[in-house]
Amino acid sequence: MFLKGKQTAKNGPKHAVDPQLQPWVEKYRPKTIDDVSAQEHTVAVLRKTLTSTNLPHMLFYGPPGTGKTSTILALARQLYGPDNFRTRVLELNASDERGISIVREKIKAFARQTPAATVVAADGTTYPCPPFKIIILDEADSMTQDAQAALRRIMENYARITRFCLVCNYVTRIIEPLASRCSKFRFKPLDTNSTQSRLEHIAREEHITVSPETVQALIATSGGDLRRSITYLQTASRLTNGNADTTITPRDIQEIAGVVPDEIIDDFARTLGVDPRYGPSRANKNDEDDAMMVEHTFKKPDFTSVRGKVGELIREGYSGAQLLSQLHDAIIENNNLDSKIKSHCALVFAEADKALCDGADEELWILDVALRCSKYINAPVPTST
Amino acid sequence: MSLWVDKYRPRALDDLHYHTDLSARLKSLAASGDFPHMLFYGPSGAGKKTRISATLRAIFGNGVEKIKIDQRVFVTPTKRKLDVNVVQSNFHIELTPSDVGNYDRVVIQEILKEIAGTQQIDLNAKQRFKVVIINEADSLSRDAQAALRRTMEKYMSNMRLVLCANSTSKLIAPIKSRCLLVRVAAPSPDEMHAVLAHVAKKEKFDLPQSAAEQIVADANGNMRKAILVLEALKMQSPDLTGDLKIAKPDWETYCHKVADMIVAEQTPTQVLAVRAKFYELLSHCIPPTVIIKTVAERVVERVDGALKADVMHWAAVYEMRMRLGSKKIFHLEAWVVKVMTLHKHFMYDIDLSEFA
Repeated sequence: MFLKGKQTAKNGPKHAVDPQLQPWVEKYRPKTIDDVSAQEHTVAVLRKTLTSTNLPHMLFYGPPGTGKTSTILALARQLYGPDNFRTRVLELNASDERGISIVREKIKAFARQTPAATVVAADGTTYPCPPFKIIILDEADSMTQDAQAALRRIMENYARITRFCLVCNYVTRIIEPLASRCSKFRFKPLDTNSTQSRLEHIAREEHITVSPETVQALIATSGGDLRRSITYLQTASRLTNGNADTTITPRDIQEIAGVVPDEIIDDFARTLGVDPRYGPSRANKNDEDDAMMVEHTFKKPDFTSVRGKVGELIREGYSGAQLLSQLHDAIIENNNLDSKIKSHCALVFAEADKALCDGADEELWILDVALRCSKYINAPVPTST
Repeated sequence: MSLWVDKYRPRALDDLHYHTDLSARLKSLAASGDFPHMLFYGPSGAGKKTRISATLRAIFGNGVEKIKIDQRVFVTPTKRKLDVNVVQSNFHIELTPSDVGNYDRVVIQEILKEIAGTQQIDLNAKQRFKVVIINEADSLSRDAQAALRRTMEKYMSNMRLVLCANSTSKLIAPIKSRCLLVRVAAPSPDEMHAVLAHVAKKEKFDLPQSAAEQIVADANGNMRKAILVLEALKMQSPDLTGDLKIAKPDWETYCHKVADMIVAEQTPTQVLAVRAKFYELLSHCIPPTVIIKTVAERVVERVDGALKADVMHWAAVYEMRMRLGSKKIFHLEAWVVKVMTLHKHFMYDIDLSEFA
């Protein structure tokens, strides 16, 4: 963002970025803090600072795509207006320029300069333009401990003329002395309604037709991460833009997100002996009808069938981690399974996830998970109730 | 004369034999000015590379086929020199950074900066950006991936990345969310038949159904392997009839021998013999993961049904340890001993619960 700002500043009028090619995530970034979706509490507090023009040091934390960076940028823009924005706000992305030297040189140098006199009426409107500057440290949790330690004295020394805003995903990675100097704001994952209204707004602006099912698919695949769902939406529209009569289907979204289709996961679960709807395949439930229905659609899973199925899935090219997480959902969220079975399966999943993170072979581990889960699922039920 | 695999590799998106809807999508992407970063993933031999080069051709025209091979030297901060082979044309550059192991980050940063710093000189080019193809993206180190993450956004104006990987599991989430994921599944048997028939027709000979079926079954979704096998068979017996034998690679038969030894006898002497065989395989540069998988698959065929799941389980466990550890042979051997114990206990029907 920081660099992007600089870039547009440098060659702004000469050849501005074609708005069509601009990522929608940037294009539809909220302009004012009132535009920020679904973070009412934070927004309410920040709105007060706009009127009082005093700001504490701030620490924004929360999962990705919840609007942390957007909020602080919008706030800064409202405080300073477009003209002063560049001289008053320093945004540092910690992921490439971390380390103690950056803190010492760049931040210190910026913090040291006394802000120029307030210029009012930049584009006709007056901005509060308080007499301090804002330093935004994005991805602050990936700063080294030393860099964070170096920051604490700087924060106090220049408190008169600078305000810091730390943005991070994991508040636990910020050292305690820093965290205690800031007022903390938690950003919660976006709820379904806000995501939906935001996506529908963008779809309207971009003149693309999106069915409600597609929006639901977007929300489900992104899990509260608005940036991700917007990116998916843009990619999907890009893929279908050649011919106007094709609409974006939920399947397109799933394919873009790399999600394995539900039918395939259901089929996989069935091979292991769980019906996604009816529970374990063996007729151990007292409900006779269910048992009857289940009995003739299933055969008891055996080694060869499970292995064949796993081989097939791997050949289809689905990612192991994705398969694992979706199969996990299919089994753990199944209401008809015994909780004991579920906890056994959960252990298996946890172990396999660790293995995949360590870079183990996918096929072997998916097979192992499948075999062990089917063993637990099909183990004879203890007679005690 | 080139191999059939290269000779009949489809050049344009329209010539691709299977995944037609994917080809259509790639085509519409290439036609629009707005081309995202892409990540192709799928099993080997499914046609990822073919699709990438066809897409490039659709973007830039025939110019991409004029390639030259270059050897670049990179210097690490610790003054070590790294040699990397790159393939490049006027419009794209292709490299395999994982060749240099831990120093892949340096290579990525240097080369991307270089590409991104220079704009397209050819004024007739259809697009302003250049394309960087990174092979084996899933074996990039974490550092290299983190370095990519920032550069991908920074240099979007004159560079696009195309990553090629076998699986997305080992890529960090920020990279995945910045790319358009393109899954290239292995072709189905029918699709493979069609391709084989196409090759046979071009070479002007008849491919008997039985031979084709045998080849497809053997290739297991790997198109490249299927065509190579077809060519090899054609050399062996020009009429492709009668009793065809698809020659298995040496190491595979060797692995099967090892598996047979494990099932046949479970004694310390046998372990020693197996160990010697493993050393032989390793010294011929067969990846240990491939060894353990092939042997395990063979063992599973030979043992009792009750043992199969356990054999696979321990294969998975020891394979993971092998990746974490540094001495491969220890873990291979440990697995063999484990399987032998399981087998022996099963045979003598001893309650294993205490040892499990």
